[in-house]
Amino acid sequence: MGLIRAALASKPVASLTSPHSIDHYLEHVHPMWTVTQVRARVVEVVRETGVASTVVLRPNGAWRGFRAGQHVEFGVEVEGKRRVRVFSVSSSEKRAGRTFSVSVKAHPDGYVSQYLHHELKPGTLVHLSQADGEFVLPRTLPDHVLLLSGGSGITPVMAMLRTLRDAKPGTPRPQVTFLHYARSREDEMFTAELDALVEEAGLGRVVRVYTREPEPGAELTGRFTAEHLQQLGVDPATTLTYACGPAGLIASVRDAYEAAGAADQLRVEYFKVPSVDLDAADATGTLTFEDSAVSADNSGATILEQAESAGLSPRYGCRMGVCNTCAVKKNHGAVRHVITGEVAANTDETVKICVQVPVGDVSMAL
Amino acid sequence: MSHYRTKHAPIEPLSASNHNKAPQPLVGPDTDRRATIGTDLMSYEQLEEFGRELDTVRQRVLDDLGQADADYIRRVIKLRNAFEVLGRIGLFMPFFWPAFVAGILLLGVAKILENMEIGHNVMHGQYDWMNDPLVNGQKYEWDNVAPAQEWKHGHNYMHHTYTNIHGMDRDIGYNMFRIDAEQPWYPSHRFNLPLAFVLMLLFEWGVMYHGVELDEYLAGRMDKAEFQGRKKRAMRKIRRQLVKDYVAFPVLSLALVPFTSWWTPVLVLAGTFVANVIRNIWTFLIIFCGHFPAEVETFKEEEAQNETRGQWYLRQLLGSANISGSKPFHVLTGNLSYQIEHHLFPDIPARRYGDVSADVHRLVEKYDLRYNTGRLSKQLWSVASQLHQLSKKPDDPYKIGNSPESKALRRAKREAEAERRAQEQAAAH
Ligand SMILES: Cc1cc2nc3c(=O)[nH]c(=O)nc-3n(C[C@H](O)[C@H](O)[C@H](O)COP(=O)(O)OP(=O)(O)OC[C@H]3O[C@@H](n4cnc5c(N)ncnc54)[C@H](O)[C@@H]3O)c2cc1C
Ligand code: FES
Repeated sequence: MGLIRAALASKPVASLTSPHSIDHYLEHVHPMWTVTQVRARVVEVVRETGVASTVVLRPNGAWRGFRAGQHVEFGVEVEGKRRVRVFSVSSSEKRAGRTFSVSVKAHPDGYVSQYLHHELKPGTLVHLSQADGEFVLPRTLPDHVLLLSGGSGITPVMAMLRTLRDAKPGTPRPQVTFLHYARSREDEMFTAELDALVEEAGLGRVVRVYTREPEPGAELTGRFTAEHLQQLGVDPATTLTYACGPAGLIASVRDAYEAAGAADQLRVEYFKVPSVDLDAADATGTLTFEDSAVSADNSGATILEQAESAGLSPRYGCRMGVCNTCAVKKNHGAVRHVITGEVAANTDETVKICVQVPVGDVSMAL
Repeated sequence: MSHYRTKHAPIEPLSASNHNKAPQPLVGPDTDRRATIGTDLMSYEQLEEFGRELDTVRQRVLDDLGQADADYIRRVIKLRNAFEVLGRIGLFMPFFWPAFVAGILLLGVAKILENMEIGHNVMHGQYDWMNDPLVNGQKYEWDNVAPAQEWKHGHNYMHHTYTNIHGMDRDIGYNMFRIDAEQPWYPSHRFNLPLAFVLMLLFEWGVMYHGVELDEYLAGRMDKAEFQGRKKRAMRKIRRQLVKDYVAFPVLSLALVPFTSWWTPVLVLAGTFVANVIRNIWTFLIIFCGHFPAEVETFKEEEAQNETRGQWYLRQLLGSANISGSKPFHVLTGNLSYQIEHHLFPDIPARRYGDVSADVHRLVEKYDLRYNTGRLSKQLWSVASQLHQLSKKPDDPYKIGNSPESKALRRAKREAEAERRAQEQAAAH
């Protein structure tokens, strides 16, 4: 953090701006001058496939950097409303200049991923968090590393692969096996770069499996099995493994490692993309109180009442949607307003839980 | 003014949908008995229809919220920031009196904008839909000695839910004034007007003190831990506000002493004090005009028990008063000059109240209701004469709080209540 930033974040300055933070003032002078709020400008949006894009970002000085494999909260404002989603950083830690990137697959009906893929323009302001997550390479690298991914789960391991590739010449580098599953070559992100890496000497092996449209003469075919590892000569017991992808893939990888007694070598990352069923019948699905790690079958009562019967005591006042005391963030899922019948299905939005009932699965920040 | 209505409507089970359930604390002992609010003005069916129509208006605005609303609140914040910075610079120039006076006024207006159009409205959750942590109702803290948490409890919850219900809305007369004929008279009410004048100058301190709820604690209705939490939060907030306004900035102005004179910091402090008082006077005037003009109605708890949504809306309409004026005037009041619309829809961005008032007028005409509005001078006059009128000792001994008659009545009530409880207990065994 620069000297000016440190000075602005200091206590004496805070006593001058109290009860607001200095960012309440600075963001109106220039949106990028915030001291604690991490913000970035979109530098460019690169089409990776027909349904995926890479967004290159230049963060402001509040950004403290990232380690390959970590993710950020990424917020864009559309029609006055900020939409926040989590994306893994896909670029190399060693990338020159102050930029990094995330790569996003557009989900059908998904709001932010569709927006990024189709509409996001260079210059747009993006609201970020600091990078976070434990899915990172150890400081001292082992001899063998397996990076295993499926679909858009390639992003965090791509960041790792790129970082390892860009390591200073002379520094010790593990033997890397990069194994990626995509439906087809058209469906794969970073194809050209991966092709180039296959040829790169000294890094290891880069292998891709196209499950729907296998290439003629491909080394491996079909979905992941333990045999694939054998064929590649990877011994789970001695290979530190990073896996990210759809739940099905992760489950089979986990099974294979458990069978080999190598569960302690496996690190996994999930992209939990919520599913929303607007036509869910009344009182179906599961209501999850994420922060309290409690979940219960949706009883059809208001979220406030269900939280109370689950033993939680959320704050409330009027219990009729007037006072806002009960407002809480809904992580994802659809809820119906008991008065108007209006359904709100956005990921990450604030709702008054005294007048909302869940429609299907819902997760609350309670 | 109070209309205690006794005519009960025909009893029928509460409508099926959840929203017609009364808010929990207002459910009466007899759940089949419907609330009487508005039954002298409309039929039950009309009340339900009235509620539905207002719900539709609310939803229409909510569906339409977007960039323009976000831009608006940010523009106001930007303006406030500019006024505050310029104001503080002006205050640092006491050697050039026009700049100094302009500084006081600018800082005063900055604080008014912050407390009314920004603080009050943001803390109602009007901008929560934007998902921006800087304008989030749960996170926002305002430039005022009253901590947000207590203020939100007393205002958003107690005052906005139980609006103008005696014994529930703690804002009727703020435990200080007799502003409604239904309130019992006590000798201290002789000083209604002079006390109001003092409160006007120190309003933010009054709001802070009101939020600590010392009276609730002393009456044994609040536990000690809760009270101490409130006290602690209030002390912390007071310290921060005082340090900023009366220590940090005057200390900063010490740097100017070598070039000006030793009294520069003293005048910085004094000028800031005046700016705070300007804000106090303005907020006091607007808020007193919102609920205390003579024709505004108050209610008894029995009337409101088991009320429907339509009745709740009607109580808000009858219990509030508007102030007419120009656009900048409305902004400076935080659009609380549209007090009626604010009470009907406390959680929609206040800049929309002007538009919404057309719909409210339409419904007021349709059901032949009263809509209390007037210029600031008219409403102020009404509040002042009301305070003056009600400061006089009433003839009716039952309206005097500490008359032997009232005391006997209260004792009889207490005893009846105790007996009822004893009987209930005996029945339970
Ligand atoms: C740690 C972590 C890292 C991640 N990293 C990445 C990454 O690197 N790249 C990446 O692409 N993704 C990543 N994700 C997933 C990402 O965060 C989003 O969940 C994903 O992009 C979908 O967001 P969205 O806004 O497009 O969809 P949302 O708007 O959040 O909708 C989610 C789903 O709900 C359904 N839905 C929503 N609204 C409706 C509606 N009205 N009707 C019917 N259905 C509806 C859609 O089917 C959609 O798929 C990561 C997630 C996590 C937790
Ligand atoms: S408890 Fe008052 S809005 Fe929910």
